Amino acid sequence: MIEHADIDTELIPILDKVSDPEIPVLTILDMGVVRYAKLVDDLVFIKITPTYSGCPAMDVIADDITTAFKKAGYKVNIDLILTPAWTTDWISEEGRDALEKYGIAPPLEADADKEALLGNKRIVKCTNCGSHNTKLVSQFGSTACKALFQCEDCQEPFDYFKCLK
Amino acid sequence: MNTNLYNYLLGIADNSLILGQRLGELCGHGPSLETDIALTNISLDLFGQVRSYYQYAAKVAGDNRDEDTIAMMRPEREYVSVLLVEQPNTDFGYVIARQFLFDVYHYMFLTELQNSKDETLAAIAKKSIKEVSYHVRFSSDWIKRLGDGTEESHKRIQNAINDLWTYTDELFHQTEADKEMINEGVGVDTSKLKEQYYKHISEVLNEATLVVPDLKYFQKGGKQGMHTEHMGYILAELQYMQRAYPNMSW
Ligand SMILES: [Zn+2]
Repeated sequence: MIEHADIDTELIPILDKVSDPEIPVLTILDMGVVRYAKLVDDLVFIKITPTYSGCPAMDVIADDITTAFKKAGYKVNIDLILTPAWTTDWISEEGRDALEKYGIAPPLEADADKEALLGNKRIVKCTNCGSHNTKLVSQFGSTACKALFQCEDCQEPFDYFKCLK
Repeated sequence: MNTNLYNYLLGIADNSLILGQRLGELCGHGPSLETDIALTNISLDLFGQVRSYYQYAAKVAGDNRDEDTIAMMRPEREYVSVLLVEQPNTDFGYVIARQFLFDVYHYMFLTELQNSKDETLAAIAKKSIKEVSYHVRFSSDWIKRLGDGTEESHKRIQNAINDLWTYTDELFHQTEADKEMINEGVGVDTSKLKEQYYKHISEVLNEATLVVPDLKYFQKGGKQGMHTEHMGYILAELQYMQRAYPNMSW
């Protein structure tokens, strides 16, 4: 089940300008880390949730949201919430496309993800040439949310965004 | 303040803090790039989880303590982590054996903690278990690779398992705070996990062609703040900045 975020439509254009500091092609809305945004009088209440507990980007994201709303003339109150816990299901379709164009293969479904990360099946699509003849290099990549793969056809190494459910 | 809840939180969080610190020592020193990145990523996950517990503990304490003072400013006797997690990075075998023996426990513990009557604890558990499922997969995988690997890797991982086995029983010891929290439906009754823990560990070790140690005597004391000689060195490094420059921040 996908739990929908509760966001005031008029606030979307402002939130849409805030990008993920680690994957700048994605906005924080694409990532699904904004769970709630409501305007009450001149104060904006926002709830964000971390992708991973130790994600160092959360502090930066909170700062960037504050700056974006200040520029637009609002005061903002940001809460960090843990529940419901973030899942890769909350990454939008636009977000998945942007990830792939950026060179990060988007997350597979849970079962397929497990097979790929155990090196049992070659199913992760190369972001460079589109081949599925790719192999796992490392279960952990440059950040906790990614694993490292390499394409056996074009030899390109690339990141794979791990499924988190 | 609810002293039992506060102490219960430290009992969970201190394990992850000290293990995270141990893994952090490997940053730039892992035996290969892959394992170096993996172990420091696991360290980061653990620190992230620790922050949630300490922030909650600070709220429970309700005085001028915050997550940093709880993490950095306690004397050794007040850290209630188990002895297992402070054991040194002797070699990669020890790093993996320590990780595996802790991860299996951690995963089982968090599975149950998700049902805690305390909403904050249940939320932290639901968040953390997703990360820990990767940790346990990583360390179990390496137990098999090393055990069923070369003669040398087999010997080393067996030595590490034999040496660290004596610290496993303490994972299931219950302090007064633990017992109180279990009675209130907040804490996890770890005594119910013990049999399953050893059964699962034994299965993985067997699959890795390793021998399950047969030991009658186990070490304990960490949960009462009685640590091994390694703990002082860990805390010296962990606390240095805050002690040398009180209240400094980045
Ligand atoms: Zn390719």
